[in-house]
Amino acid sequence: MNHPGMINTVSNINSNTFEWSEENFSKVKTIIDKYPSGKQQSAVIPVLDLAQRQNKGWLTKNIIEKVAETLSMSFIRVMEVASFYSMFNLEPVGKNFIQICRTTPCWLRGSDKLLEVAKNVTGCNLGETSKDDKFTLVEVECLGACCNAPMIQINDDYYEDLTEENFKHLLLKLKENEKISTGSQIGRQSSEPKRK
Amino acid sequence: MPYITINHKEVEFENGMTVMQACELVGIEIPRFCYHDKLSIAGNCRMCLVEMEKSPKPIASCAMPAAEGMKILTNTKNVENARKGVMEFLLINHPLDCPICDQGGECDLQDQALHYGFDKSRYEENKRAVKNKHLGPLVSTIMTRCIHCTRCVRFSTEVAGVDDLGLLGRGESAEITTYLEKTIKSELSGNVIDLCPVGALTSKPYAFKARPWELNKTESIDVFDAMGSSIRIDTLGKKTLRVLPRMNEEINEEWISDKSRFAIDGLSKQRIDTPYLLKDGKLVIAEWDEVLVNITQEISKRGKENTLALSGKFTDIETLFSAKYFLQSLGSNYFDCRYDNVQFIENQRASYLFNSSIQEIDNADAILLIGTNPRWEACVLNARIRKAYINNDCKIGLIGKKLDLTYKYVHLSDSIEHINDLLNNNSPFSEVLKNSKKSLIIIGNSAINYRDGKEVLNVCSEIAKKYNVANNNFNGFNILQQDISKVGAIDIGFYNQDFAQNFDQNIKNHINKFNPVVFLLSGDEINHSILEGAFIVYLGHHGDDLAQLADIVLPSPAYTEKSSTYMNMEGRVLQTTRCYHPLGVSKEEWKIFRALSNNFSQKLKFNNLSELRNEISNLFPVFKEINNLPSSSKLEFGSSTKIEDRVLEYNIKNFYMTDVISRASITMANCSREILNKVA
Repeated sequence: MNHPGMINTVSNINSNTFEWSEENFSKVKTIIDKYPSGKQQSAVIPVLDLAQRQNKGWLTKNIIEKVAETLSMSFIRVMEVASFYSMFNLEPVGKNFIQICRTTPCWLRGSDKLLEVAKNVTGCNLGETSKDDKFTLVEVECLGACCNAPMIQINDDYYEDLTEENFKHLLLKLKENEKISTGSQIGRQSSEPKRK
Repeated sequence: MPYITINHKEVEFENGMTVMQACELVGIEIPRFCYHDKLSIAGNCRMCLVEMEKSPKPIASCAMPAAEGMKILTNTKNVENARKGVMEFLLINHPLDCPICDQGGECDLQDQALHYGFDKSRYEENKRAVKNKHLGPLVSTIMTRCIHCTRCVRFSTEVAGVDDLGLLGRGESAEITTYLEKTIKSELSGNVIDLCPVGALTSKPYAFKARPWELNKTESIDVFDAMGSSIRIDTLGKKTLRVLPRMNEEINEEWISDKSRFAIDGLSKQRIDTPYLLKDGKLVIAEWDEVLVNITQEISKRGKENTLALSGKFTDIETLFSAKYFLQSLGSNYFDCRYDNVQFIENQRASYLFNSSIQEIDNADAILLIGTNPRWEACVLNARIRKAYINNDCKIGLIGKKLDLTYKYVHLSDSIEHINDLLNNNSPFSEVLKNSKKSLIIIGNSAINYRDGKEVLNVCSEIAKKYNVANNNFNGFNILQQDISKVGAIDIGFYNQDFAQNFDQNIKNHINKFNPVVFLLSGDEINHSILEGAFIVYLGHHGDDLAQLADIVLPSPAYTEKSSTYMNMEGRVLQTTRCYHPLGVSKEEWKIFRALSNNFSQKLKFNNLSELRNEISNLFPVFKEINNLPSSSKLEFGSSTKIEDRVLEYNIKNFYMTDVISRASITMANCSREILNKVA
């Protein structure tokens, strides 16, 4: 599957050394303090996530090594974690990381059409990043919001009850850097029955 | 003790055993891939499934702790089917390339597929293909064959102590690799080849050389360090193709170092297989009779009572004994084994042995290393220290330059001077030693290869007594020897007190004074400059630097070509086995000395190897018992002198090139280039 989070190599395109921002470094300390002393390795997942957020959504070779150093782990142990979880991207991604759910409920409710819309608007295929670095498009398995299928995730937020029209509208707004509202796109509150 | 029922039979087992271990008690062998005695339990191959009463599903016997009253069935249809299912899954992505696979014939997957494999595949999709990884000059990879048992990952993390290997990705894209495909930097990396149950990790130097069933397998002893690890040598004709470890819980467990395993290609390079004689400044091929007459004449001419014999790294007991008695029959007492100037105290066995025994390291909770780099001087022993560090939370202190030992330690000082502080209770390690229940002191060659070596030994002995490292029941005072020849040489008295303390200077004086005949018993590590003026007779198997300086070169067999007696660092008598006949016209050293003694009409009293060995064990009863650990020697020396400041430099500069065989080996040259970045 073509997905920047599902590859086993780490690239070194961004060869600048990675340093923790002051704010994140204090967060790292808080995370490590949650675990007994000497068990700082347990913090590897939240610390990697923090680093990924600091670096525009993806992990470089330098970050893997920095995290390993921060947690006194070997490089390969951090790499194992980063390559295991698809949420850790090992290639550059666009500003909007679009994950389209394709598992059965969403698929039955038309996720294939959403994919076509996304491909047309962003101009990229699955696993690709658009030329203007605004979008990365990937397919994922169930994200657990089947009640409001079909749904997608962009960066940290869910967008539910999508149709070809409102999804296209959503993406065009993103392209123009306009604000969009998260959650259900038809005004549904959580998973209440759909209004007639 | 609790009972478990296996196949309707009650079996008594020890608490803490797994179901698989309990099954092994009654001789039921459970198929497995990921489980290994010496590694942590992973439980991911699922091949060891057995049926347990009250469990709806079969259980993985390697990971299930045995419990009182458990009822296990290992031979039912259900178990058979479960294992067949697992095997079918394993074979889905495993290539059918056994005919071109080096593991063929000794492959766990192949063997078990014979029992549990399906005769045809139901899988019509494409098999997955995985890119091969570069892991260095020793381990070759064909990663498509990998079944993800993770034995290699667990070995390198747990035993070797280098976090290099890992399993990246997951599911179908899981692959074993090192971080960015860098070389595995471990001296034990070759063991992953034995551990790999399939042909994913195989030996690079042995690639496509032979099939296991055509090899001659000889059980022998490793000579590259002083441990005397148990090995099996696989040969084809007069070629040593590979060396594998043999199980020996008391010495090497199941591991051997990369040098023991891979330096063997040096056995077929630069070999001396015929006598040479120096004529007009050039070594020319000569006949045995001619060179022996020549040596006899030189000995008589230069004064036979001054004749000198110096031993080297690989010199066996038979050689040392015959050389010693030959020289004594000439009226000379000038022989020595201290080419490296490592000191000991005469008639005190405890001053040159690894007294506690190697196995006792497992139980230690504090270890003080003085002037030793066990990682390079005895890699497998270092793995044991690491084991104690992990299992017993053993505290380790080091006196000597800082280095990576694969475990954490307290660095006490660069200088040997620190042992004064230890004796006076002024060291950070004093408390650790005081509070420990079983502690060891391990002294390396680098601490005692100086003129104050004996004083260092005495002070260390005082420390051992003071902190109860040695008492009436246990002696934790250990010397880590580097040469397999050393302990035996000292035991049969192959030394002369005139040469103590400053070997180089004393030998030089002797040679300057008498210009005698010097027998070098494969003593390649001797400082060349001290030999000036002597008539050098070199006995050895490799044309290293020293052979070129010799006046006469006599070919002798390497350790694979003769049956020799050695004594390892613990004082355990070990015997190697001959795998094939010596190359060319080389002769065992004792035969050479016997022939020479004939020329002086003082014939040595033995005619064959067994007579020689009888003679040795008559004079030195310690050599009677083979493979037994000698009863521990008491610490009966010690005095407190002030030791002067001296920075401890480790004497091994390149692990992969320490002796004639490894220096001649191309594989070892590749290793030192790629792993240590050293050009040979």
